[in-house]
Amino acid sequence: MEGMKSRPPAPTPKPAVPPPRATVSAVEMGARQREISVSEFFTKNRHLLGFDSPRKALLTCVKEAVDNALDACEEAGILPDVVVKVEAVANGEAPPPASQASRFRITVTDNGPGIVRQQIPPIFAKLLYGSKFHRLRMSRGQQGIGISAAGMYGQLTTGKPVQITSRTSARAPAHYFEVQIDTKKNEPRILEKKQIAWESPRGTQVTMEIEGRYQKGRASVDEYIEQTIIANSHVKLTYVPPEGETKEYARSYEQLPPAPREIKPHPYGIELGMLLKMLQDTRSHSLSGFLASDFSRVSPNVAAEICKAARLSPNARPRDVHGQAAENLYKAIQSTKIMAPPTNCLSPIGEPAILAGLYRQIKGEFYTAVTRPPAVYRGNPFVIEAGLAFGRAPEQAAQTPATKAIPLAEGEAEKDDHEVARIIRYANRVPLLYQPAACEITKAVLDTTWRNYGVAQSRGSLPAGPMVIFVHMASVWVPFTSESKEAIAEYDEIHKEITLALRECGRRLGAFLRRRERAHSEFRRRNIFELYIEEIVQSCNRLKGGRLATAKLRDQLLKMATKITGGGKTDELLGKNGSGPEGLPHSIIVTPEGVEGEVPVVAPNGAPAAEEPVAPPAAPEARAPRKTKGKATPKPRAGRKKKR
Amino acid sequence: MAKKPRKPTAVEKKLVGVADLVIAAAEKRKDPTIAIPVRSLSNVNFNERKGLIEMGKRKQARSFFNVAMAKKFMQTVLVADALSELQRANLTTSLREIYYRTKHTIKDSHENTLDTQDESDPLIEDLEVTLTALREELHVRAENAGSIVGPVVFVDDGDRVDCTRLGKGGYSVPSIVEPEYLQIARCTADFVLLVEKGTQWNRLSEDKFWRRYNCVLLTGNGQPPRGVRRLARRLHEEKQLPVYVLVDNDPWGYYIYSVIKQGSINLAFESQRMAIPKAKFMGLSSADPEAYGLPRNVGIKLNDKDVARARELLAYTWFQKKSWQEEIKRMLSSGLKYELDALANKDFQYLTKKYLPRKLKEKDWLD
Repeated sequence: MEGMKSRPPAPTPKPAVPPPRATVSAVEMGARQREISVSEFFTKNRHLLGFDSPRKALLTCVKEAVDNALDACEEAGILPDVVVKVEAVANGEAPPPASQASRFRITVTDNGPGIVRQQIPPIFAKLLYGSKFHRLRMSRGQQGIGISAAGMYGQLTTGKPVQITSRTSARAPAHYFEVQIDTKKNEPRILEKKQIAWESPRGTQVTMEIEGRYQKGRASVDEYIEQTIIANSHVKLTYVPPEGETKEYARSYEQLPPAPREIKPHPYGIELGMLLKMLQDTRSHSLSGFLASDFSRVSPNVAAEICKAARLSPNARPRDVHGQAAENLYKAIQSTKIMAPPTNCLSPIGEPAILAGLYRQIKGEFYTAVTRPPAVYRGNPFVIEAGLAFGRAPEQAAQTPATKAIPLAEGEAEKDDHEVARIIRYANRVPLLYQPAACEITKAVLDTTWRNYGVAQSRGSLPAGPMVIFVHMASVWVPFTSESKEAIAEYDEIHKEITLALRECGRRLGAFLRRRERAHSEFRRRNIFELYIEEIVQSCNRLKGGRLATAKLRDQLLKMATKITGGGKTDELLGKNGSGPEGLPHSIIVTPEGVEGEVPVVAPNGAPAAEEPVAPPAAPEARAPRKTKGKATPKPRAGRKKKR
Repeated sequence: MAKKPRKPTAVEKKLVGVADLVIAAAEKRKDPTIAIPVRSLSNVNFNERKGLIEMGKRKQARSFFNVAMAKKFMQTVLVADALSELQRANLTTSLREIYYRTKHTIKDSHENTLDTQDESDPLIEDLEVTLTALREELHVRAENAGSIVGPVVFVDDGDRVDCTRLGKGGYSVPSIVEPEYLQIARCTADFVLLVEKGTQWNRLSEDKFWRRYNCVLLTGNGQPPRGVRRLARRLHEEKQLPVYVLVDNDPWGYYIYSVIKQGSINLAFESQRMAIPKAKFMGLSSADPEAYGLPRNVGIKLNDKDVARARELLAYTWFQKKSWQEEIKRMLSSGLKYELDALANKDFQYLTKKYLPRKLKEKDWLD
């Protein structure tokens, strides 16, 4: 290297005369320092709330409005009936085709309880305002950011206010509001309010105009709606897309999920800062009283035990416990054995409802669903549910054209089927469409050895095959990786529960595949023999110099083949004399002959489940008992009519 | 070449036996089954008296009416058919041609009888061991992958081949060297030197080492093909020439030597006709680097595979002689392997001028 030899001397550091800089005094700096309102913060960091791109923004707005509508209906005990309308709009001119439009109007109407007049402006135009943040209760929304953030995004991109119409009962008037958010103060600005005549006796309608992009496919509004229906089969939903036909999703499960209860925080789930705040805010006058009344699962005995461990008087005033004492208390809480939090605050979807959702929305041959018993992470109870839809529906399978029968050359393989499983993820019944790779659910699916269940899976990738994997986490507090609620964060307990649920689904799938394989293999066995017999007969004939009674040998071998493969029995095995899902609880098998298993859907008129199934009451005892072994009942179970 | 009906050869009769077996089984309503001797380490014995690896008695059944074996059975019959066709036409062929000859699409399906050559090759070995017929007798040849030079005269297809007059390149050893095809007309050499590597054979041939030490130089370019092994065996047997083996100093070199000496595990049944129990291991020995002052830096570090292979060799019954255990353990403890080519570090002609002369003089070889 020449350069090495004649390298110029390293530049000596400049003498310590800094370039002239504008100096700022602390006073001047202080003058610039001021509060940042949350609204301002999120205006600049809209990606945190799921408004990174116009396409995602459209989805987020629909999602927030629908989540709110469903939460409200369920809390009020009303079977939700929601209408979602997305239209392309243009200023003045005729709207462009949906795929090219950049502005959309979203209208979501529900039949919920409505909102009282005074609360309408803050709910829709004030960030971090809502009923869900301060209580531990399972709901779709958690923070009270969603719908107001959507409105703010609309305001930011189109300047249009959010329009709300709401009515609390047929006797009350409907109120119409147009509101915007004052981003500096994080306060609502009412642009218009009046009483109007509204055709609905009760409910809320929200309209937002936003900048967005409409595109079908993965993570689209259409996909969101479809997945929402799978996990919420008690919802009746009408979707009016910006182009194409209106989709009507009928209710397939005629029962609201049990209302989740609200719980107090579990001591294991809180952090020191939270404890300090609770100590200040409590209404109790003694430390033991505070512990026993403000937490779940802390009895007076346990409270006394904690105080003792922390070396604090049970009668100390909670407000006086701070500093080192509070830290001791915190440590004492962590080291005391406390019962797991109550789980009645959770409302899992339930196996029958998951089955109904999957069966209705996804075409396949095999369905199953598993609801795990509740578990706890960081003091928060949660339930994992998993479901599986596998295969192609008989009519689909028939449609795929038979592959051309050409002999293969060396190195050529049968057409590789590169289809891999699709994961649909849910948190508190809300589909998660973004960031699949960051999500604990995806990781658990990848970590499961699907090969054990007869499904191909290459290293480190999703299982192969026509398969949809459904995973739902229900919890009072779902740990998301970010505010935009797209992926579930990593917790060992959660990972373990997901894995256990997936394994159970996998075992049932494996049992189904093996059973199907058994019937096919007898047939194939005979086929193989018949195929090769001709080759052997011809070879033997040539070996014998063409002087062989070929017909005789062929006949003898064929007779043996039939005998060995079970003769008529194979036909019977192949004949679809129903091997229903014995030993496969909560599963459905679809064959060209019909549906086997307990399809939890019943048409209202008692006809076999068909196009518009409606569910019977979902009480567990309402399900058909398991079939007894050996009894073949291939007909759909759906015809049963249950007392309502 | 239409010939008048001729008597079927012994091998042909054996091949027809496969068809007879199927016919007889079908007649008795029995599952047609071929009993194939197992070709694995577990089914070979080392006959110490004869110094040969011999095949054990264990056999595996290949039945037609068994889903897992049906296709293989069909393929075996097909290959037997193709082999008998060779016999009738008196032609020789390669493994690959057998594969192409037997490949076709099964009627009324789009399944091939065979998909790759990997499927047909083991079937030929199966038939070799089952029918106790050598591959040469089945008229299947390998590539001509060996060379010979030295004071020996062959008659090949009526042509006299004098291996002293073939320059540096020598005579390319045919795959089939059975007496019917190749006769040894004259041989005045004192010994046979079988060299693993073509490069070192070239060195010796170029230096006319064979003239000076009156020997036959043979190479198989790596693992010697059957033709080379069989030819060495014939020179050893018919002309009473001692055979010396010169290989790299690594586990693979040891194994090449052992295959020449005792036969291979896979085709143990043919040791009878191939193995040279009296063959001697001339080098490179793990003692040579020290004895001949080879510097450490021309060695190559043993990798994990080498070490694993060396340990396997240590366990083989035919490597149990004390001298061999020492030899292999010495290599393992040094952690190095040496190529023959490394001798060039001292001098280009070190092998010809120093190494081999000293080895021969000191009778420094392993048995």
